[in-house]
Amino acid sequence: MTSPSHAAPRSGAGADRLFGLVTAGAAWLVLILLGAAAASMAWGGRLAFETFGWSFVTSSDWDAVAGKFGALVPIYGTLVTSLLALIIAVPVSIGIALFLTDIAPRWLRGPVGMAIELLAAIPSIIYGMWGLFVFAPFMAAHVEPWLNDRLGPLPVVGALFTGPPIGIGLLTAGLVLGIMIIPFISAVARDVFNAVPTSLKEAAVALGSTRWEILSRVTLPYTRSAIIGAIFLGLGRALGETMAVTFVLGNAHDLSPSLLMPSNSIAAAIANEFAEADGELYRSSLIALAFLLFVVTFLVLTAARLMLMRLGRTHGRTS
Amino acid sequence: MPLRRKLADLLALLFAGAATLFGLTWLVWILWTTLSRGAAALSPALFTEMTPPPGSTGGLLNAFYGSAVMVLLALAIGTPVGIAAGTYLAEHGRHSRLAAAVSFINDILLSAPSIVIGLFVYELVVRPSGHFSGFAGALALAMILLPIVVRTTDESLRLVPNQMREAAFALGLPAWRVTSRIIYKAALSGIVTGILLGLARIAGETAPLLFTALNNQFWSASIAQPLANVPVVIFQYAMSPYDEWHALAWAGALVLTLFVLGLNLIVRFFARKGSQ
Repeated sequence: MTSPSHAAPRSGAGADRLFGLVTAGAAWLVLILLGAAAASMAWGGRLAFETFGWSFVTSSDWDAVAGKFGALVPIYGTLVTSLLALIIAVPVSIGIALFLTDIAPRWLRGPVGMAIELLAAIPSIIYGMWGLFVFAPFMAAHVEPWLNDRLGPLPVVGALFTGPPIGIGLLTAGLVLGIMIIPFISAVARDVFNAVPTSLKEAAVALGSTRWEILSRVTLPYTRSAIIGAIFLGLGRALGETMAVTFVLGNAHDLSPSLLMPSNSIAAAIANEFAEADGELYRSSLIALAFLLFVVTFLVLTAARLMLMRLGRTHGRTS
Repeated sequence: MPLRRKLADLLALLFAGAATLFGLTWLVWILWTTLSRGAAALSPALFTEMTPPPGSTGGLLNAFYGSAVMVLLALAIGTPVGIAAGTYLAEHGRHSRLAAAVSFINDILLSAPSIVIGLFVYELVVRPSGHFSGFAGALALAMILLPIVVRTTDESLRLVPNQMREAAFALGLPAWRVTSRIIYKAALSGIVTGILLGLARIAGETAPLLFTALNNQFWSASIAQPLANVPVVIFQYAMSPYDEWHALAWAGALVLTLFVLGLNLIVRFFARKGSQ
C-alpha cells in the first residue's frame, strides 16, 4: 500500500500525490490544532501571568472589582473534586470490570456493559441539572446532616465534614464527577482484563485459585500499568469537566477546609465568569486558568496514554 | 479450601455485583428524573414557539433550529477533515513517524477539556470578529468532533483485510482509487458509526458554545449572529429562578437525552448486527 507510483506509472500518479498531500495535511491539522490551542491560551493569559507572577497560583484573593486575581480556590477545588471522583470511581470501575469479565453470565455482559457505557453518553449538562435539582437536595436532606453528626466531631477529619448541609459544594461535585468517569475507567479496565491471556487464568484455576485470587494475583499485576493508565484517563476527564461541576459547586471564591462548603473549579470559574468578564486583566486571568488546566490535563492524559501503550507493547497488543 | 479464602472470594463477588448495581442505579435515577420532569413539561408549544422572556411560557423552536444548524455545519467541517486524517493514519502514512505522533495527540484531544476548545475559538474567531456567532459555535463543535472521526475512521480502515488492498493494487489501480473506491466501501459502516457517535456527542456539548455561539432569545437564521441552542438555553434556564424556565429546561433536557441516547442505542444495535 506504500509507494504506489511505480505500480501505476501512467494514470493517477498526480492524483495519488494530491490524495497523499490532502490526507497528510489533515493529519498535520490535528497536531496544529493542539499546538495552536495551547499557544493561544498562553498568549491570552500572558497579561495575568506577567501581572501576578507566582501569586496567581498561590493567592486566593479573587476580586474583580479590585482587579486582583489569585486562582488558588479554583485550583484547589479542581484538585479536590477530581480526587473525590477518583476515590469513588476507581474501586467501583474495577468492580464493574470484574463483574463484566469474570462473574456475570455471558448473556448479561452485553446489556450491562452497554448500560454502563450509556452513562458516558448522557450529556454533562443533564448530569448538572440532575445534580442541582435532585442530587444536591438529596445530599442536603439525607447525607450531609449525617456526616455533620457522625464525622463532624472527630478530631482531624472532622474539619472536612463541618458546615451547613446545603447540598451544594465540593463533596456533591466530587460525587457527580465520580459517577461521570465510572464508564470511562470501567470500559478500559474491562478491555484490559479481557486481554489477560486465558492460559494464565487457566493455570491459576488449575492451581486451585479462587476468583478473588485470580484477580488480585494474576489479573491486576498483569494489567497494572494499563489500569493506572485508565485511572489517569478518568482523572483527565474529571479535571476538565465543566457543566456538571458548574451546577453543583456553588461558584464561591472562599477557601475552606470543609468538603460541604461551596467552592469553585477552574472550568466552572471560566464557564460562570468569562461571558461577563469586563476588562483585559479579568479576561486574561480566566484564559490563564484555561492554560493551566490545558497543560495539566495534557500531562495527565499523556501519562495515561503511555501507561496504556506499555501493556500493548510488551504483549503485542495495541490499545 | 480454608474458610478465609472462601470468604475473601465471596466478598469480592459481592463487591463486584454491588459496584455494578451502584453504576446502574445512577443511570436509572438520572434517566427517571429527566423522563418524569421532562414529560410533565412537554407541550406542542415546545416545537412551535420561541424562547420566552422571564416568567412567561413559550417553546424552544429557535434553540432547536440553532442547534441543528450548528451541529450540521460542524459535521460538514469536521467529517471530511477527520476522514482524511484517519485515512492518513491507517493507509497512506501507516508506520510513519507523523502518523504515530498524530495518533497520540488525537487520543489526547479526545479527552481534552471542551471548555478550553471554546475559549480557543473565542480567541480565534469571536475576538477578532468582535461578536459571538453561530459559525464560531459550529467551529468549536467541529473541533470536538474531529478527533472522534479520526479515531473511528482509523480503526475501521485497519479492520479491512490486507488481501483486499493487494488484490486492488494487483489490478493496477492507483492508491487513491484503491482507498476511495474499495477500502472506504469496505469500512463504510464503521466510519458512519463514528460520525453518528460524534454527532450524539456534540449535540449535547454545552461548554464550547458558552463563549462562541452564546445564545439568542430571538429568531435568527444567520450564522454570523449569536445563535440560540438547546444546551446553553438549558443551562441558563436551569440556573434561573423562574419556574417556567425550569420547566422548559427539563423539556429541552428530555428531548436532548432521548436524541442522544436513542442515537447511541441505534448505532450500537446496527454496529453489533453488522459485526455478526
